[in-house]
Amino acid sequence: MADAAPVLELRGITKRFPGIVANDAVDFDLRVAEVHALLGENGAGKSTLMNVLYGLYHPDEGEILVSGKRARIHSPREAIELGIGMVHQHFMLIPVMTVAENIVLATEPTRAGVLLNYAGAVERVREISDRFGLAVDPNARIENITVGQQQRVEILKALYRGADILILDEPTAVLTPQEAGELFEVIESLKSQGKSIIFISHKLNEVLEIADRISVLRRGKMVETCTREGATEDSLARAMVGREVLLRVDKTPARPAEPLLEVEDVRVLDDRGLEAVRGVSLAVRAGEILGIAGVDGNGQSELIDAITGLRRIDSGRVRVAGREFEHASARQMLDAGIGHIPEDRHRRGLVLDFTLAENIALHDYAEPASSRFGWLFPRRLIERARRLLREFDVRGGAPETRAGALSGGNQQKVVIAREVSRNPRVLLAAQPTRGLDVGAIEYVHRRLVEERDKGRAILLISLELDEILSLADRILVIYEGRIVGEYPPDASEEELGVAMTGGGRREEVAV
Amino acid sequence: MSEQEPERRELAEPDTPERAEHPTGGDYAPSVAARLALFQRAGGILTPLLTAVVAFFVGGLVVLVTTGKNPLRTYEAIFNGSGLNWLFPWVRGEERFLAGLNLQQTLLLTTALILTGLAVAFAFRCGLFNIGGQGQYLAGAIVAVWVGGALSGLPRVAHVVLAIVIGALAGAVLAGIAGLLKATVGAHEVITTIMLNWIVVWIGTYAFGLGGPLQNETLAVPISEDVAETAKLPVFWGDPLLQGLHVGLFVALAALVAFWIVLNRTTLGYEVRAVGFNPEAARYGGINVPRNYFLAMAISGLFAGLAGALDILGWQFRLSVSDVQVSALGFIGIAVALLGRNTAIGVGLSALLFGALLNGTSTRNLDPEVFPPELASNLTLIIQGLVVLFVGADVLVLYLWQLRRRLRGRSAVPPRAEAAT
Repeated sequence: MADAAPVLELRGITKRFPGIVANDAVDFDLRVAEVHALLGENGAGKSTLMNVLYGLYHPDEGEILVSGKRARIHSPREAIELGIGMVHQHFMLIPVMTVAENIVLATEPTRAGVLLNYAGAVERVREISDRFGLAVDPNARIENITVGQQQRVEILKALYRGADILILDEPTAVLTPQEAGELFEVIESLKSQGKSIIFISHKLNEVLEIADRISVLRRGKMVETCTREGATEDSLARAMVGREVLLRVDKTPARPAEPLLEVEDVRVLDDRGLEAVRGVSLAVRAGEILGIAGVDGNGQSELIDAITGLRRIDSGRVRVAGREFEHASARQMLDAGIGHIPEDRHRRGLVLDFTLAENIALHDYAEPASSRFGWLFPRRLIERARRLLREFDVRGGAPETRAGALSGGNQQKVVIAREVSRNPRVLLAAQPTRGLDVGAIEYVHRRLVEERDKGRAILLISLELDEILSLADRILVIYEGRIVGEYPPDASEEELGVAMTGGGRREEVAV
Repeated sequence: MSEQEPERRELAEPDTPERAEHPTGGDYAPSVAARLALFQRAGGILTPLLTAVVAFFVGGLVVLVTTGKNPLRTYEAIFNGSGLNWLFPWVRGEERFLAGLNLQQTLLLTTALILTGLAVAFAFRCGLFNIGGQGQYLAGAIVAVWVGGALSGLPRVAHVVLAIVIGALAGAVLAGIAGLLKATVGAHEVITTIMLNWIVVWIGTYAFGLGGPLQNETLAVPISEDVAETAKLPVFWGDPLLQGLHVGLFVALAALVAFWIVLNRTTLGYEVRAVGFNPEAARYGGINVPRNYFLAMAISGLFAGLAGALDILGWQFRLSVSDVQVSALGFIGIAVALLGRNTAIGVGLSALLFGALLNGTSTRNLDPEVFPPELASNLTLIIQGLVVLFVGADVLVLYLWQLRRRLRGRSAVPPRAEAAT
């Protein structure tokens, strides 16, 4: 397929924003029936490039050729007319409408000019979904189907509009490992039907699995384009970051001491009043990382909230360093020595409109170091923030910078700086590397191991099996609100994967 | 996960029609506070100015279309009616004396508007929309008229201070009820404050109505008794008998400073702002969010109650049923806070603007040749409405603002992700 004509060619695309060149003379081409992966760290310019292609940005220089013809793309509508379809990471679906209604939206088949021909819509959706092997019920409501199925609907929407070129923006970020596997089958099927796919990602293993060719962007420049055969995880990571990256975490065996966090038969209700955590017991000892693996939505979030006092415990006990807590407030748990790196740093971890100094003071603004008798000392906040920003190597911001102005990796460093600097006995890390790029992930992982070695008890909750396997000293698997098994750190991915989906259940392990 | 940053950047961009088609724009539903924060960052001092100018321009068009008269002459008449021409050294003699009287009136209104504006602004900073400034203002006024009239025989300073403090507390209690309901059962403050407004209006109507408990028994009109001499605020400019300017102005100016200090220099203000920007992060940080809802509303009501008390003790001295039903200073406070971007300086300046506008368009100052009386106060309402509209339609003002930048040859707000990585 190497000599096939390109269906799409970007030549010398340059896009400048004030003070920055987001794309610097980028060349990119896509052949017919090819999966071309676009790799790059956050802020490398992947999204800018795709937005140029999709007509959302206008390049300052360079040209776009579609099927060999020069194209001027000024809006997504023109991109769609040229057969370019984009599946964004955040879906644009109307929850209360059915799959078929969502797909035909804006180009509905009509009857007598004005009435929606719903049966016709269903039929056409079924036709397309059969042809590409994208099984989904056209009559199901969006709000009742899984995220993986919603993504299929987005793909179907693009196909329905006649897309030959599909841009998939970080498509696996929201999927479980099983759903990701299914997505890859769909991609293969699309390829075999002559569709061309641009696959945007920063996960090296899946790029190596699915892509025919791989291009790497770094700081706006295209640094490498190679075939899958010519690439390894290490070579790609080096190209993305621009230096050698340690993909495997370097750590010595744990030397666990006394248990610092004990959870006993805890039951927690979710927002709808259903039991999300059904009698979880676990203990994390000083100097060890306990990993909890599981598919999203199996009670992890509720468990974290319960331990940190952010959600009421229905029954059961939590002990921190031997002290028992019952219906403790978030404040009490913070004071008991719990540090918490939350799973969503935008929703919870940071006040994006606060400065970095104010964010760093989020837990202890009322303590003598920051204030006295309710009187705040902004100078002290700024001085402490300046020290921590240097210590934790936060780049792109001073203490007075708004937190929202930082890149994701640096925002996470601010959160970690705040949590670790309070010297917690127990550190809860919930998806600590979500949305981070290779360089930042390496940093966070190294830091967590360092904190472990300082004698903290670390509870790591992650949806990334890789992360659990490379960091945890012991692994628990959570499924439907219960711990369904304990595994050593050298357990196989298959073994854990089966347990995560409720299969091969071992006898429940009380830890 | 992806590059959140570029998505965010698109939001700040002016390409509204394109954004509508861009799926990532859709999942961003900013809170009131977040929108205001965005607005505040986007244009600094210039957007509020632009908002005011556009509002006045459209108001001028209304004058032109409805009366066929030169809007500039109308605005000049309003300006002179507000007494702001007193500031010009070339205004002399009789004209200067008149301007002084007008300016005193303008500043009396400004005093009340600063405080009702602060009431709305403080709640806003906590992410709450206190639409009950009117009720809290009236609660302060009603209580001040009662304390000022009933407790005669107290020494002067004690009586004034007591009446002011109790009036302000009445506002705080009223708003605190809404805050408490929000904090405990989650009742939306917009609904509860509107309902509380009506409760106060009808309490006032009953109290000062014929045969009501606070009605002046010597007169056969629905009006309260006058406050005692010992409860009146001293007048420092103008004739006390002709509604001169009382020292309450300094109280309002002090309130502006206090507002800034509380928000920026106390742990309470830190909590309030954290809750306003992101209640979930505040909760995670260990902040008691319901407590802050209650406190922010109570403090908000304190400002509005203070406004009512100062008006009564400074120049009104009595309250009639029609005052209770017609007064709208609390509502104008919403426009003041919005135009002032909920900052201390902004509220001060926009209170002066609205004070001047209200006084400048009051019919007694205007020459009917230049200014048809039927248009007079309606023009204030039009401009006020336009300000609220434009502030609400922040996207439009932002668009104009960005258009200007684009004409200068720049394309977008600076990207942050790339710069930071």
